[in-house]
Amino acid sequence: MTINWYLAVSAIVFTLGAVGVMVRRNPLVVLLCLELMLNGANLALIAFSRMWGNGDGQILALVVMTVAACEVCIGLGLIVAIYRRRLPIDVDELRELQG
Amino acid sequence: MSAVLFFIAGFGAIAGAVGVVVLRDPFYSVLSLVGHLLSLAVLFLLLRSEFVAAVQVVVYAGAVMVLYVFVVAYVGGREEPFGERLRGRGPAGSSLRLGAAVLGGALLVELLIALLGTGLEAVGANGAGYAPGPQAFGTPAYIGKLFLTRFLLVFEVSSFLLLIAAVGAVVLAGRQGGAR
Repeated sequence: MTINWYLAVSAIVFTLGAVGVMVRRNPLVVLLCLELMLNGANLALIAFSRMWGNGDGQILALVVMTVAACEVCIGLGLIVAIYRRRLPIDVDELRELQG
Repeated sequence: MSAVLFFIAGFGAIAGAVGVVVLRDPFYSVLSLVGHLLSLAVLFLLLRSEFVAAVQVVVYAGAVMVLYVFVVAYVGGREEPFGERLRGRGPAGSSLRLGAAVLGGALLVELLIALLGTGLEAVGANGAGYAPGPQAFGTPAYIGKLFLTRFLLVFEVSSFLLLIAAVGAVVLAGRQGGAR
């Protein structure tokens, strides 16, 4: 398989993630769609790394995974805090970030 | 063989992504994302990055998704019909539906042009040569050597970032901190 096919899959996955972020209301699902976007970028990075025979892309993909884990950690912490305050779990109704 | 595997895994990845966006119950979205991540790990293996594929399965599909499942079970994700936001009340509505469709289509076209339409043919689309061996491209030894020599600063910074995120999550979700 040529590298182009992998890049096409990564573009499709990234677009699906972006559409999900725009369309869904539950912040949990919005976080999942952010993960999709990061994974699309990761696939492109790995494909480019394979194309050049150079490991730098894989290192960047691992760093992206680290950042995604941090983002999940903070995001889920925020969602738990929102739930504890009995606020609606809905990004449309959480327009004000003041307590 | 690799072509067949690519199409199976690529179809699985795209189907998993569609499932994350479309499914109503957040719990099923998480499970769909697990399937997507496993398919993506197969794609990584096909691209000869064994270590990243292993990390993807162990850390991502294992640890991070377990965290998601716990939070979904704790919060008790509300059933949300797909597209409720599009039909729904408030400022969002048909304009949002149109905007999301147009933006998504434009993004896909732009990404495909950027990734496939530019001068990448000059490189040779089949990838660089690959010789199997104990320290070949993509093995743990290769990645570890890169991380501890050229990318040592990156390694340290990302470990520090993980520490900050752990402290931040405790502060946000802790009983005294965010709950009051």
